[in-house]
Amino acid sequence: MLLEMKDAVLSYGKIEALHGISLEVAEGEIVALIGANGAGKTSTMRGLSGVRGLASGSVVFDGEDVTKLRADQRLRKGLVLCPEGRGIFPGMTVTENLNMGAYTRKDKEAIEQDYERVFGLFPRLLERKKQVAGTMSGGEQQMLAIGRALMSRPKLLMLDEPSMGLAPMLIQQIFDIISEIAQQGTTILVVEQNAKQALSRADRAYVLETGHIVKSGTGVELLDDPTVREAYLGVA
Amino acid sequence: MDFDALFSGLDRHTLDGITRGSIYALVALGYTMVYGVMKLINFAHSEVFMVGTWAVLGVYTALGVSAGAGLAVVIGATLLALLAAMLASAGTALAVERIAYRPLRKKGAPPLIFLITGIGCSIVLVEIFGQVFKVFFGAPFGRVTVNIPSVLQTKELFTIPGLDLTITNTRVIIIVGAIVMMLALDTFVNKSRLGRGVRAVAQDPDTASLMGVNRERVIMLVFILGGAMAGVAALLYTIQYDITKFDIGFIIGLKAFTAAVLGGIGNLRGALVGGLLLGIAEVYASTIWSSEWANVTAFVVLVVILMFRPTGLLGESLGKARA
Repeated sequence: MLLEMKDAVLSYGKIEALHGISLEVAEGEIVALIGANGAGKTSTMRGLSGVRGLASGSVVFDGEDVTKLRADQRLRKGLVLCPEGRGIFPGMTVTENLNMGAYTRKDKEAIEQDYERVFGLFPRLLERKKQVAGTMSGGEQQMLAIGRALMSRPKLLMLDEPSMGLAPMLIQQIFDIISEIAQQGTTILVVEQNAKQALSRADRAYVLETGHIVKSGTGVELLDDPTVREAYLGVA
Repeated sequence: MDFDALFSGLDRHTLDGITRGSIYALVALGYTMVYGVMKLINFAHSEVFMVGTWAVLGVYTALGVSAGAGLAVVIGATLLALLAAMLASAGTALAVERIAYRPLRKKGAPPLIFLITGIGCSIVLVEIFGQVFKVFFGAPFGRVTVNIPSVLQTKELFTIPGLDLTITNTRVIIIVGAIVMMLALDTFVNKSRLGRGVRAVAQDPDTASLMGVNRERVIMLVFILGGAMAGVAALLYTIQYDITKFDIGFIIGLKAFTAAVLGGIGNLRGALVGGLLLGIAEVYASTIWSSEWANVTAFVVLVVILMFRPTGLLGESLGKARA
């Protein structure tokens, strides 16, 4: 397994957001994590990326226990999160934001290649290279956030709600690009409220409810699951 | 009230104001950078400046230089004093961070606690120079004003014709020195990789850590940079005023903090604008009324500007400040 989270408990003060979550991602997979607002999706991402420490449980990445490592240390190992709400740096230009993705890297030539890869996936970013990121549209900011995450050369790319606040056409486009990134060989863990898109693209998926994992299976299985269809796909 | 005195020598008073303001601005950078990345006012920063002035005195005393030395000696001693002041101030700032802030940060203490420990550090540092060192080493430490040899003596360089403005070497050194240091810092923060890390933490600490930026190292860096700038200010201050005192940091620190807020705290260029504006306002006020009115005017200017621009004149954060 590339990533293994075991019995993870995460709390904010006295409020426990995750009550013991276990999940796995194998190399080359697209894994989706779906659930309603407040189910603990973002908390799971925070715990995996190291933005917030776990109260108990463990995270093993690439054969190494990273539970005690800070977010910046986990990033250096290739565990990269593209955060919810995009988290681009509004005062920096597109180029500077992409540079931040490569902050820990020193391999200049490979960085150049990655720029070209990102601009190939998102031609719009090339057009807007010098623009201050805070002035771009939501869709462009999402592209920038994904592009920036790719600049960190992830072994595992975690995406927190990439479709949030985007128009349906753009959502389609963003997911097409996510599939393309996966085909290029990056393992992906994606958290989504847009269950239909996420499940139809994913090899496997987990369903999260109030801090517990209540279901798991292949994307197709969950798409056909009556309770999932009712709760997350809006079909009776 | 004597507006004639102001207008008859407006150019001269403005130059005085810029000189004073340059020193405020350099000290203000330390407040503003630390605020930018930690959202914390480091109340011990005034003493970071104070320690710098003592380092200058220490170098001059150790070298045994005094007024009227040869040019080579003057340049050498001044540069050495600059280096010592920057090291002493940066070291003090770093020590304050390590002792007063870092342990609290690790334990997740609420923001108010940091203000208290900052003020505590400030008092301790003042008393070290005002009392502890006096007991152990005697003079010049203690609660009195101490003269610093004016190694770099004021000389007239040239007069600007038509303006009746005499430019002296010390003026040039103070103003040019302050501007060069500020440009260097601004370039560092806006262009270098580490500077980008500083801006990233200021804009969004969580996302910055997701980019691999080590927040602890960025915090260390801003304390060192802010401290070094206060050290430069300390040397320039001693060149202009030739004195130091155990509590000299208090009023300069207060003014520099005011300058930082005036320009927009968290904004490097705001520190420059705020510092210069404050310096000029003070000198004008002392000319129109008397020097007792300088402080009153400084804070009235602050209150009036904040009434109309609550976030300060340039009002952006360290991260967002751009050319």
